[in-house]
Amino acid sequence: DIIQTSRPQFTNSPTMIVMVGLPARGKTYISRKLTRYLNWIGVQTQGECILYIFIYLYRDYSKEPKDCIYTGTCTNNLSSFKLWYVTHNVVFDATNTTRERRGVIISFAKEKGYKVFFIESICDDPEIIEANIMEVKLSSPDYEDCDKEEALDDFVKRIECYKTNYVSLDEEKDRHLSYIKIFNVGSRYLVNRVQDHIQSRIVYYLMNIHVTPRSIYLSRHGESELNLLGRIGGDSGLSTQGKKYASALAEFIRNQAIKDLKVWTSHMKRTIQTAEALGVAYEQWKALNEIDAGMCEEMTYEKIQENYPEEFAMRDQDKYRYRYPKGESYEDLVHRLEPVIMELERQENVLVICHQAVMRCLLAYFLDKSADELPYLKCPLHTVLKLTPVAYGCKVESFYLNIKAVNTHRERPANVDVTRGPEEALRTVPDHF
Amino acid sequence: MRGAGRSNHTRGDPDRTVCMTNCPTLIVTVGLPARGKTYISKKLTRYLNWIGVPTKEFNVGQYRRECVKIYKSFEFFRPDNEEGLKIRKECASAALNDVRQYLTEEGGQVAVFDATNTTRERRETINRFAEQNGFKVFFVESVCEDPDVIAENIVQVKLGSPDYTHCNTEQAVEDFMKRIKCYENSYQPLDEVLDRDLSFIKIIDVGRRYLVNRVQDHIQSRIVYYLMNIHITPRSIYLCRHGESDLNVKGRIGGDSGLTFRGKEFAHYLGQFIHAQGISDLKVWTSQMKRTIQTAEALGVPYEQWKALNEIDAGVCEELMYEEIQQRYPLEFALRDQDKYRYRYPKGESYEDLVQRLEPVIMELERQENVLVICHQAVMRCLLAYFLDKSAEELPYLKCPLHTVLKLTPVAYGCKVESIYLNVDAVNTHRERPENVNVHRSAADALQTVPAHL
Repeated sequence: DIIQTSRPQFTNSPTMIVMVGLPARGKTYISRKLTRYLNWIGVQTQGECILYIFIYLYRDYSKEPKDCIYTGTCTNNLSSFKLWYVTHNVVFDATNTTRERRGVIISFAKEKGYKVFFIESICDDPEIIEANIMEVKLSSPDYEDCDKEEALDDFVKRIECYKTNYVSLDEEKDRHLSYIKIFNVGSRYLVNRVQDHIQSRIVYYLMNIHVTPRSIYLSRHGESELNLLGRIGGDSGLSTQGKKYASALAEFIRNQAIKDLKVWTSHMKRTIQTAEALGVAYEQWKALNEIDAGMCEEMTYEKIQENYPEEFAMRDQDKYRYRYPKGESYEDLVHRLEPVIMELERQENVLVICHQAVMRCLLAYFLDKSADELPYLKCPLHTVLKLTPVAYGCKVESFYLNIKAVNTHRERPANVDVTRGPEEALRTVPDHF
Repeated sequence: MRGAGRSNHTRGDPDRTVCMTNCPTLIVTVGLPARGKTYISKKLTRYLNWIGVPTKEFNVGQYRRECVKIYKSFEFFRPDNEEGLKIRKECASAALNDVRQYLTEEGGQVAVFDATNTTRERRETINRFAEQNGFKVFFVESVCEDPDVIAENIVQVKLGSPDYTHCNTEQAVEDFMKRIKCYENSYQPLDEVLDRDLSFIKIIDVGRRYLVNRVQDHIQSRIVYYLMNIHITPRSIYLCRHGESDLNVKGRIGGDSGLTFRGKEFAHYLGQFIHAQGISDLKVWTSQMKRTIQTAEALGVPYEQWKALNEIDAGVCEELMYEEIQQRYPLEFALRDQDKYRYRYPKGESYEDLVQRLEPVIMELERQENVLVICHQAVMRCLLAYFLDKSAEELPYLKCPLHTVLKLTPVAYGCKVESIYLNVDAVNTHRERPENVNVHRSAADALQTVPAHL
């Protein structure tokens, strides 16, 4: 029985992640972010691997059933995770403590053969809690018609009700459980009994994320010589228009007046030349290099169709997983970009000057795009995308710096069959010299 | 990572060295004797150096041994031994002085200060020292009360220490236990509340639990991740290359060819060898290249393919013989001989790049127990360099012949290596550094060390 995966297996049995904590402690924020990360790195599930993320609030006896929210995340056809909400009408006995409730979850997991990992978020900083409430809770339907002050007041009172029965994970009593406790948005962590690779990766991820406001700017290099010729890959320099863009980018960045901006490029000439025009320090990452097109490097699409028509068709059939002969796939790219994402999480304001395929992968991470959408995300030249984390997602602002450039975006053609004719294959190729 | 993954490029600055952190970091161990502080210090130092962060450990016990030539007994460590206290304090100062020199004058980025550091007062002194010199401080505390773990620790590393060469086992153990007692009363573990402004990781019961406080930057985050993935469960790591391949025999580098007849024979004997070792739960890893996969297939057990284990990409030199490389790219060929670790094949990779892409493999190897890694020459050299703490200069010339399995077993502070040649002939693919690495050398000089092939 041979396991032939394109990446090593992370876990042999499914993991159930249980979020624990009072309201407004960031459980939903963390679970959504974690889901997005796990989906992006492709924590592939083989067979029956399912990942559940429960947001677990215990229930106050006097409240309405709808206050009991269980958020489950499960896989669908071995591909990706979806967040689904299920409201349960659960009636608690007054003697039911949260530890017993956790016991129920653990028994359920045992029955199904799942490993359980708890993530508890503890916060005693009133400022953080208030900021949290303002950002996410008050925009909920519960508080639609309320005055902000009153709403805040009401929510804080709600939390007080939960506090009396809330029982935090205990170092002694819960020493057999696998968990991470996050204190005050990450100033401290307590990690207990990490069982396997996926839990270790989850812990590492959680320890690197933060909530400090910041923005991430994504841009491609300026138009390159090879772009003009419609050739893919290579390591050419900027065209005249490309150089204009670099200057325009410098001005744009100056006007944004960003505090402590870090600038990252790849090891390729075109991104470095673009960064040079900014006149600030920048770091080069080999991991940010464009996807390696192997045997098709520096070819036009027409040439690829001429020399490798079958490969060309197969790529159109599954652009995410298709690997150029002696080259890479988008899937490989995601894998090599993971340390970049991890470092982006740690950092604050960053400008990443990269390449089309690379930018698509990074964008897919921040905007939670699926493997099917990812290779077709629009990342035109001479356009800066400003991503600002907000509530549970990311605000995107697109800035076209008004310097003309060729279009390098090739849509998926209607006919992806290997028997198709050259015309059908080349139908969606953008113009070039 | 030095140069490979990231380089800090300031305007007009041709220097490509990486800055993982903006100022040097001082890692300070904390804990009673026999809690694994030196084990952690050495392992961490090895890991950081391998990923390209210049790191050095400073063991205060070493300084003490140099100062007090002959160790008499635990009495030296008694809290009321004035003379002893004086010497120990001096040794700590001497070590800190060397730390300062290493981090400010010798280009070090991380220094590991390995001592008990069990009192808040001592840690305050170190903090002040660091502050004066502009170093960041990160404490690594190991807390363990499991008597079995402590006993095993003493057996593995204390009994063989220079302190106890004149004792028998019983005497040594007894003395050491008394030594531990000397520290116990004044031990002030790092505290969640009292030490909340410090950056630290507290490792409890050899990794069952961790308390992590105020991770300041990237390097500390990497250190924490590493420390959370290592373990001390006994196990062995088997490293070998794929069986002899068609391109090997032709003296060509890289490519993606299949096994020769002898290569297949090797795979068969490898299966037998593995079976004979009787290893429980052996994981088998290969690259995504034909030759390692074919080798694994012969074992008849499940295996996992890692793209990260693929052979170094020789770029434009892929599938060429050394003779052809000399003919077509004599300059490149010489440059490679000048700095084999950092040299990057045009459109290919360097050993330095390889180390970077192998880091997740190393991390997972640390997490795992018994593993057989079937890989390639350059890859195996990188992995071996990590386990045996080889420098960037030695790494590209480590001998990793075909048809030979290296069995690595962690022991004490290092790794025991057993080399098992499975008795199936194969070509030699090891090219030593030639004497003449000058770009103007003759073809003969360049090709002097090329091994024989068809």
